[in-house]
Amino acid sequence: MTEFCERLAITDAARAVVDQLRARHGALLFHQSGGCCDGSAPMCFAVGDFRIGSRDVCLGEVHGCKFYMSPEQFQYYENCHTTIDVVPGRGASFSLEIPLGVRFLIRSRLLTEAEQANLRPVGVGAED
Amino acid sequence: MTFQRPQFKPQYENYIGGRWVAPIDGKYFEDTSPIDGKLVTRIPQSSAKDIDLAVKKAWEAFPAWGKTSAAARSAILNKIADTIEANIQQLAMVETCDNGKGIRETLGADLPLVIDQFRYFAAAIRTESGSVSDIDSTLVSMEIHEPLGVVGQIIPWNFPLLMAAWKIAPALAAGNCVVLKPAEQTPVSILVLMELIGDLLPPGVLNVVNGFGAEAGKPLASHPDIKKIAFTGETTTGRLIMQYASENIIPVSLELGGKSPNIFCASVMDQDDAFLDKAIEGLVMFALNQGQVCTCPSRALVHESIYERFMEKCLPRVAAITMGDPYELTTMMGAQASNDQYEKILSYIDIGKKEGAQLLCGGQSYKNAQYPGGFYIQPTVFKGHNKMRIFQEEIFGPVLAVTTFKDDEEALAIANDTLYGLGSAVWSRDMHQVQTFVRGIQAGRVWVNCYHVYPAHASFGGYKKSGIGRENHHMMLDHYRNTKNVLISYAKEKMGFF
Repeated sequence: MTEFCERLAITDAARAVVDQLRARHGALLFHQSGGCCDGSAPMCFAVGDFRIGSRDVCLGEVHGCKFYMSPEQFQYYENCHTTIDVVPGRGASFSLEIPLGVRFLIRSRLLTEAEQANLRPVGVGAED
Repeated sequence: MTFQRPQFKPQYENYIGGRWVAPIDGKYFEDTSPIDGKLVTRIPQSSAKDIDLAVKKAWEAFPAWGKTSAAARSAILNKIADTIEANIQQLAMVETCDNGKGIRETLGADLPLVIDQFRYFAAAIRTESGSVSDIDSTLVSMEIHEPLGVVGQIIPWNFPLLMAAWKIAPALAAGNCVVLKPAEQTPVSILVLMELIGDLLPPGVLNVVNGFGAEAGKPLASHPDIKKIAFTGETTTGRLIMQYASENIIPVSLELGGKSPNIFCASVMDQDDAFLDKAIEGLVMFALNQGQVCTCPSRALVHESIYERFMEKCLPRVAAITMGDPYELTTMMGAQASNDQYEKILSYIDIGKKEGAQLLCGGQSYKNAQYPGGFYIQPTVFKGHNKMRIFQEEIFGPVLAVTTFKDDEEALAIANDTLYGLGSAVWSRDMHQVQTFVRGIQAGRVWVNCYHVYPAHASFGGYKKSGIGRENHHMMLDHYRNTKNVLISYAKEKMGFF
């Protein structure tokens, strides 16, 4: 079986926050937000609370959480590797980690040519 | 002139039913100032129970408030404006402390616009009319407006008082009662405002419940007894709000940001005059409010024939931006609103560098010697192309992405190659060219030879993914009302069907 290169990673600090939230809210997912204020950052929701759109792109899974974004936004992430990190702070969105006094954040780099040649295919919609 | 950090109570409560009410679960969170990272006060960490109480109190107030005459509602809105005006300095200092923006902006822009917003809607409801049509000689159709009832409003942190005013004023003017949730980064200015204006309104007409999005925002947005929800923020939460609204089949108004193009045509450089000077300032407007504006002109499109000469004039103007003490009137840029905002902006500056954009200035944090615990970032300018993420994603910080274009067609293509359509601007001495851009740009606001001007009575809202609704204009009244058609027959004869 082919070993795919992943588009996603997660830091240990972010893993610990995911564990804490999962214990309280059950299965989780991420959806990358756009737009003003707290946008351009990943939102963390309980699976089933945020409705994944039929065209949303699933970039993969990190620490048991699928990571989605709108297809329009994905155009600009196609060549990027994304790491989910967490920093102290206070966002104003509905993301679940905010009451803990922390905020998820993404760090990005360009995918290498070798990675691009062997990327895990993205999924579409909630089924993937 | 230097202002002072204002005094706060050690703890604030929710404002529900005309009284200060402790959160039912007794939980509070710490509100800090981004200027120095230090504690401001403690704020209720409310839950669904507090939202339920506020919605209940708002409905108790609605039967009377909804029937209050336009003259009486208008008079109250004018009193609110007068009270804010009488306390402008205190409110400006509070806003600066909680948000981090310079006092020159809160005193010179935010608060004057807040005052005017209340006066504008006070006037609008005195001067508007419904409509009457003669359908035929015996049938008259009347369109009349009635308030929705109790509405929910979720306020952002970039202009806490002004965005609250943009939502409160039309909702109250239209005869609704409001349950409002301030942003958790910047809750205190709205609470200080309620200390000043609370008594001007009947109890329960305007309720403020604090807390986090997941714990208080969600119960508000999904509450079965609200008749409308208004939100300013980002797209994913915007989608979630629409999803909750779909469960109750209620209207939403959303303002979700942009990536606004600021287009500089070649004729800008035809003369070295006051207009050129204004255009240079127009480019530097990306730094206003530390770039934390939904309409931040974060993409500058400059005609290739003037690029070098124009940027030679603009970059020194960026370098001349004074940073320092936000309480000092001469400071042009203050702190970013929170640590996570600060970290996110730096992460996007890093993305710009990795994408190969050319850094023209800034590109790092600003070390504020007076406030080492605050969150400051240097105004930053990159040159690149429109497919880069720094050209496509809203950074919500003082980061400008500049590119060039060869002709009007290419400029329009670049301007519209974005998910958003909130703000935009065109700078030109040629009125025919201006008109091409005005009609070609897909955005709710096109500034012509100006930027960042927000007078009441100039509608504000988005095309594309930037949202739904038009604030800052009397058309917002119809986002807060039902329309009732009264069809009156003066004919005595039956229709003849039965």
